[in-house]
Amino acid sequence: MTSLIAKPVAVVVLLFARAITAVRPFWHEGRLPRRRSIFFANHSSHGDFILIWAVLPPRLRRRVRPVAGADYWLKSKLRSFIGRDVFNAVLIDRNRDGRTMDPVESMGEAMREGSSLILFPEGTRNQSDASLQPFKSGLFHLAALHPDFELVPVWIANLNRVMPKGEFVPIPLICTVTFGEPMHLADGEDKDMFLERAREALLALAPKKAAE
Amino acid sequence: MSATQFDMMVLVLGVCGILLVASFVGHVLERRLSPDGSNPAIENLNARINAWWVMAILIAIAFVAGRIGVLLLFGFCSFAALREFVTLTNTRRADHWALATAFFVVLPLQYALLWIENYEIFSVFIPVYAFLLMPIISAVRGDTQHFLVRIAEVQWALMICVFCASHVPALLTLHIPGYEGRNVLLIAFLVIVVQSSDVLQYVWGKMIGRTKIAPRLSPSKTVEGFVGGIACASLVGAGLWWITPFSPLQAGAMAFLITLMGFFGGLVMSAIKRDRGVKDWGHLIDGHGGLIDRLDSVVFSAPIFFHLTRYFWSPG
Repeated sequence: MTSLIAKPVAVVVLLFARAITAVRPFWHEGRLPRRRSIFFANHSSHGDFILIWAVLPPRLRRRVRPVAGADYWLKSKLRSFIGRDVFNAVLIDRNRDGRTMDPVESMGEAMREGSSLILFPEGTRNQSDASLQPFKSGLFHLAALHPDFELVPVWIANLNRVMPKGEFVPIPLICTVTFGEPMHLADGEDKDMFLERAREALLALAPKKAAE
Repeated sequence: MSATQFDMMVLVLGVCGILLVASFVGHVLERRLSPDGSNPAIENLNARINAWWVMAILIAIAFVAGRIGVLLLFGFCSFAALREFVTLTNTRRADHWALATAFFVVLPLQYALLWIENYEIFSVFIPVYAFLLMPIISAVRGDTQHFLVRIAEVQWALMICVFCASHVPALLTLHIPGYEGRNVLLIAFLVIVVQSSDVLQYVWGKMIGRTKIAPRLSPSKTVEGFVGGIACASLVGAGLWWITPFSPLQAGAMAFLITLMGFFGGLVMSAIKRDRGVKDWGHLIDGHGGLIDRLDSVVFSAPIFFHLTRYFWSPG
């Protein structure tokens, strides 16, 4: 029954996102991503994963699952319907103490089932003035455990202006989603080196700020 | 079939014919010069021609649907243009409610005023009431940084994308003796003249363009393209006198004014793009860039065309 409603809801969300943002993808060298990919992106809004999801071609969209915090997405019936049923999110417990399932384990399970992931390695939405917060280590562990997956940096531009924190009416503004060159964990690269390299790769995709 | 429908048919067939020739030429050029899709100029030309087909078909559908179709089409154009414009502004979080009001209150109201044909309020709603209301909404949030720049940008965006653009469908509200029921042809006249002027300036510029007319604003515009394009488009306008309430000479003069305003409108919008460091306003139309890239000359000429027609042909 829920899945019967979930499909049309997904279409409505997609149309709404397009009407507000006219979202446009920029692929790396015009090439679509591979089927086994981890998309890691900057995080400034709850709608971030929807934009990535919206620009992927349907073939890839069917197999991609966003990774999201269970604390937020299980808080109400509506949120859990949207997170779990509509977008099939991999919900992870962000609370270190007292969690029963290791996030890397949950994500790995989804990947073994053939899903791609949308991941926000900053961990939470970026409310600071910095373009990008430090990365959590999950991306490194996934890269080490699943070398057959490509790690694709994805920069989402402008969505934070569409709906700043605390506002509930979205402003229509044009958003872009820029895909960077896929990367892998290099031989002998340690955690800090890799996370720094991934962060740099993502930052390099950010549009230059217009002169103020 | 009424006379209006007949004229409309002739127009549609004419436009289809021109587009068919353009598509054919584009196809031949692609076979000759860019069989593997490697020549960006040819690819862009064909993307443009395809987009022209889509735009022509959309306008034709709106005309068939009547007043509501035309209002919805231009309402959507205003929405998409405003979306492109606001994306490039310095607006901050404190402008959130002002912008929400612009998109979801001012824009629909402006078109609703056309629907009920209330010209008095239509003509002052954005220049006076929105002009005063918007900065009030922004001010109460208390963020003063770049305040004047921000409120000026929002007002400018509304004037260009909503107020000026809405003067195209406003042509439907004019009451011209002896021209009843044919007003939709005035829109066709305006759009055809402006767009053919854009295309003809491009063609003349490519063929014999030497002298740059505004190198800092728009390096592709030339004096030769300007003169040739404006002259030819004025002739096109004169040749279309039979769909207007004007004589051939008047139609030519109107077309001349329209194309002149369109040309300078293009320059103004280019200056804004340069300042903001972008090449196109957006990416809505394949090959053309954003909607404003296509609409800029229409937007600048529509209010002038509307007023001249209203003052001289629409008594009372």
